[in-house]
Amino acid sequence: MRLVLVGTSHHHAPVELRERVALDREQARALAARLAAGGREAVCLSTCNRTELYLAAADAEAAERDAVAALAELEPEVEPALYRLRDHAAALHLFRVAAGLDSLVPGEGEILGQVRAAHQLGTTGIVLDRAFRQALHTGRKARAQTAIGESPASVSAAAAALAEQVFGDLEGRSILLVGAGKIGEQAARNLLSRRARIAFVANRTLDRAEELARRLRAEALPLERIEEELPRADVVVASTSAPGYVLDAAAVERALRKRRCRQLLLIDLAVPRDLDPAIHDLDGCYLYDVDDLEAIVAETLSGRRREAERAEAIVAAEAEKFRQWHAALDVVPAIASLRARAEEIREAELRKAEALLGRLDDGERRAVESITAQIVNKLLHLPTVRMKQAAAAADGVLYAEAVRHLFGLEDER
Amino acid sequence: MAELLFWPALLLYGQAVVGYLGDARRPGGAGGAATWSVRLGWLAQTALLAVQAARRDGFPWATWAGSLNLFVWLVVSAYLVWGCRRRYRLLGLTVMPLAAALLVVARVGGGTRVGGSSRYPDLFLVLHVGLVLAAFAGFTLAAALSGLYLWQERRLKRRPATILRRPVPALATLDALALRTAAWSLPALTLGIAVGLVRLVADGDRVDALVAATIATWLVWAAYVGLRLVAGWAGRRAAYLALAGFALVIVVRLALPAVHFA
Repeated sequence: MRLVLVGTSHHHAPVELRERVALDREQARALAARLAAGGREAVCLSTCNRTELYLAAADAEAAERDAVAALAELEPEVEPALYRLRDHAAALHLFRVAAGLDSLVPGEGEILGQVRAAHQLGTTGIVLDRAFRQALHTGRKARAQTAIGESPASVSAAAAALAEQVFGDLEGRSILLVGAGKIGEQAARNLLSRRARIAFVANRTLDRAEELARRLRAEALPLERIEEELPRADVVVASTSAPGYVLDAAAVERALRKRRCRQLLLIDLAVPRDLDPAIHDLDGCYLYDVDDLEAIVAETLSGRRREAERAEAIVAAEAEKFRQWHAALDVVPAIASLRARAEEIREAELRKAEALLGRLDDGERRAVESITAQIVNKLLHLPTVRMKQAAAAADGVLYAEAVRHLFGLEDER
Repeated sequence: MAELLFWPALLLYGQAVVGYLGDARRPGGAGGAATWSVRLGWLAQTALLAVQAARRDGFPWATWAGSLNLFVWLVVSAYLVWGCRRRYRLLGLTVMPLAAALLVVARVGGGTRVGGSSRYPDLFLVLHVGLVLAAFAGFTLAAALSGLYLWQERRLKRRPATILRRPVPALATLDALALRTAAWSLPALTLGIAVGLVRLVADGDRVDALVAATIATWLVWAAYVGLRLVAGWAGRRAAYLALAGFALVIVVRLALPAVHFA
């Protein structure tokens, strides 16, 4: 069985093209089932950045043709943007995808779940099942043994990560959102995903504050009430379009007296800034503006790229293991035939000697059975090992042919 | 022969220090190896203490150096409660050099020898020495956590772009753990001092410099726990107070014991 991959990704096709070949879960399941007809295996991996078809088939050419046709059926213009990979190259690509090495942001974690879902929705057999299981293992290993997926890749994720540096687990921590714009909401959602609680949404226009507060299950406030609620907040995220500071150091200092030394993290995503920079000098206050956060993101992305080099080594090692396993599949039928033939001969010879063996008691008879079986196993052990080794070194097919010829196994194919 | 167990313990603690230094320069595999060195070193030291306990007539750590050996073991034991977690590896860099250095001092003072006897009854020493040393080990860990708090707090104030590169315990977590460790250790010290004072009065002895310094240490840590629980102290001020309390622990453990143990 050959492994075939046909697909396109953000490296090869713009979003206008990718979106036309993107498939939802049901469509991906149906396409995989359709391509798997005739004893093939098929998995369809479709995300916002890629649509890839993985097939395992005896006839690689035909499988590739069918996969290309299936994608061209969705969008004829996609054909020039398709890549076609086979066997080791296809497995290596899958493992890189699972490890997040082929993603727009190296190491992003979402892809691992998408690979898992594709595997579950596919029509798999021995080859694709093994390939996808090993891809998932590789993805987990790359993330566990390197820091590729640890650091945030956006300003809002960096803000949430900073909040964790100050407070640890964010469960139950109160967030005060100043400004009801998209940027603030994005940061708030990132904090929400880490189990923080959006307690207040303050905005110059109370209607907009109320609208966002309803969606976030928070309390809406006018800007004038920020100072009043500040003692109850752990994180302040500001992103208004106000021309001056919405919160100055004196107001924060007054609020700090009621906070009993609790830390306060302030994230200023606005330009011009909403929060007085002097707040950062107050004891227990940590103020980060958009420049600080962008510098952190740039640094963490370069860190991810450094870690990607280490992850590539892990992926390459796992892909090599898969190659060896896959190559060994070529010799498995020959080994099975050889062992079956040897067993057949052994049993035939024992039957011939039935007259002689008939005089033996049960114990002696079992000993003869065991000795003959051991002789067969010992004789076949080394050829079996050598054939598997040869398969790993790409000579497997030649060895398998030679064994079939030498032992007259041709008819058993 | 059993005294040789000192060497693997020391070497492994030393190796842990090197590993944690490597991890501080570049977070990764060295930190994991360092944690394993601490665990194995702790096992070697545990074996040494077990042999000392089995072969000595009476309480085996009645001398100053012997008690230092036990103190190091307690500090490393307390560290291992959190030290195994990846985020707490930097704590190892504050605790393990101290543990390795004090183990060497204990060795030089003869605290790792096997055999001999003690002139004090076991129960008194178990209660007095055991409780005081356990409390001091807890305070040492609380001070290390406070030191780490100040370091992390300074980083957050400096706002470097690399701030998220290293896995470090959160400020609030460090603050809470330091308080919890000190709050558990204070009753042990209180009881240990009380047992010592009862014996002092019974024997008609006088309060020496070490006893006075130990009481001062108790006062500082009691103030630390009290101010935090009652007055709501937290953060930098509380961390500095913990370090002041630890300075007294060092004085009590290293500078004054000659008078007391004589």
